[in-house]
Amino acid sequence: MAVLTASERTSPAPSPPRGRWARGARRTPPLVLAFLLVPLLAESLWVFWPAFQGFYLALNKWDGVSAPEFVGLGNFAEMAHDEVFRTAAVDTVLWLVVFGGLSALLGLGAALLLQQERRGVGFYRAALFLPVVFSLVATALVWQAIYQPDGVLNRLLESVGLDSLRHAWLADQDTALYAVIVPALWRQVGYVMVLYLAGLKGIDPALYEAAKVDGAGRWQRFRHVTLPQLRSVNAVVLSVIIIDSLRSFDVVWSLTRGGPYHSSELLSTYMYSTAFQSLRLGYGSALAVVIFVLAFGVIASYLVRAFREAD
Amino acid sequence: MTALRSSAALRRRRAATAGFHLGAGALAVLWLLPIALVVVTSLRTFDDISAHGLGSWPRSFTLGNFPKAWSDGGQQRALINSLIVTVPCVLVTLALAAMAAFALSRYEVPFRRSLLLLMLGGNLLPPQILLIPVSKLSELMGVYDTLPALIGVQIGFGVGFYVFVLYGFMRAIPVEIQQAAVVDGAGPWQIFWRIILPLSRPALAALSALSFTWIFNDLLWAITVLRSDTKMPITAALIGLQGQFVSMWNVIAAGSVIAAAPTVAVFLRFQRHFVAGLNLGAVK
Repeated sequence: MAVLTASERTSPAPSPPRGRWARGARRTPPLVLAFLLVPLLAESLWVFWPAFQGFYLALNKWDGVSAPEFVGLGNFAEMAHDEVFRTAAVDTVLWLVVFGGLSALLGLGAALLLQQERRGVGFYRAALFLPVVFSLVATALVWQAIYQPDGVLNRLLESVGLDSLRHAWLADQDTALYAVIVPALWRQVGYVMVLYLAGLKGIDPALYEAAKVDGAGRWQRFRHVTLPQLRSVNAVVLSVIIIDSLRSFDVVWSLTRGGPYHSSELLSTYMYSTAFQSLRLGYGSALAVVIFVLAFGVIASYLVRAFREAD
Repeated sequence: MTALRSSAALRRRRAATAGFHLGAGALAVLWLLPIALVVVTSLRTFDDISAHGLGSWPRSFTLGNFPKAWSDGGQQRALINSLIVTVPCVLVTLALAAMAAFALSRYEVPFRRSLLLLMLGGNLLPPQILLIPVSKLSELMGVYDTLPALIGVQIGFGVGFYVFVLYGFMRAIPVEIQQAAVVDGAGPWQIFWRIILPLSRPALAALSALSFTWIFNDLLWAITVLRSDTKMPITAALIGLQGQFVSMWNVIAAGSVIAAAPTVAVFLRFQRHFVAGLNLGAVK
């Protein structure tokens, strides 16, 4: 720790040796340390300490009442034979690919369509963005009404002569998962669009001019100018989508609770019901560890990026 | 010849504009349709829906569903619970995050980068790993099934992300401003309160709009640390409403409208800040 000396204080700010970093006072006053410690304490109490416990609990068998019984990796061994776990894992991957992929594609598409400042574009953007502020629970209820046997979707199919497609969308094992993805997408696309809009705004128009002069067509300009320029946004969108997918809970819980027969079960919903409804707290923690391991790569690369930026 | 060509170009441009509005308009309608549906359903009578189905054209109009959801369905109490949780959460989280970000960005605190990333990392953890220990911890502390438990966990879990965003913002404030204040004899508190905080107002506004909707819309933490129906926030109460008014879609829809109204109001009022907040956090 450097100490603020009298000469440093009075001399006209010498150009700092490490650029942006050597700024402000050089000594940390106690108040500033307190400023840092209080929030850190709050996060330690509600996040870091529970996280450690969570990892430890995953090695135990526990009903929440009697003393936890240490079983080592027994919970993980049990997963190998757990049909529901397998379904939930597959569904989670499906969710990642379908929900994640489509929200990135649709979000980028919407951003490309609505990137130009022209009359009325603000309204279209707001319309796409409005669902982002809805709670997923409210979103889910809206869509439940749409999916009802006498709901809008079936009415619509009927009116265009596709009666054969009429369905109890949420009650059918084959369609439940996809029926849940649609509302989640409806809500996510606007968010991804905003991220891409900001990215597109950051591209230097001169690049497009140059490409045009070189005779590049619309598609070539997109392929060779837009896409490479969006690389950092893509990384952000990808991280956001993966983390969001693994966390996804509200929409499934309020629409199907993972049913029917676990057909729309995600790891997150399975973890919740195992822990708080079956009261198998150890096994639930082990499932949470699986979710953490799946998210870990994203978290790590996010932190590496942040580390570089913070420098 | 030139006149001919320019009129053709004009026509082409007009066609392109019309095409754009057609496409974007269709997309907007598609996106607004579910919202319109829930609003319309909330204004229909039960008899109308049961006779003609949810998907039919409305044949009735009533405002009676709202009082029903509001008092019989407990939405009033739930909304109050939500606000009791959300407002202090937003204020305290941002205050704490601003303090930490100030310390990390304006002073050479030892291990500042590691601390910053540790705090961000805490927010990136999947909440599932925390659910069981947090519910046990709140039991241990005697706050299980109370709103303060929910407030505590929301603050603890949220603070890391806001520190990260505010750190990035505060770091960009020129060092000379702070030096001038130091020369004038200002202590850290004055620098924080009189200089850095006012200059961070755009970021704080953006983050408060964002965190309001996040905390208000949360379901998972609420059903983890709360048990009694009377203490549930509006999201959990909405699921309860569905159980209570099975297939009374008019009341459920009215409940959804009530639950969505505050965040939609915040969004419409602070739309610019809101969008700025999302970008502040992500695209740098």
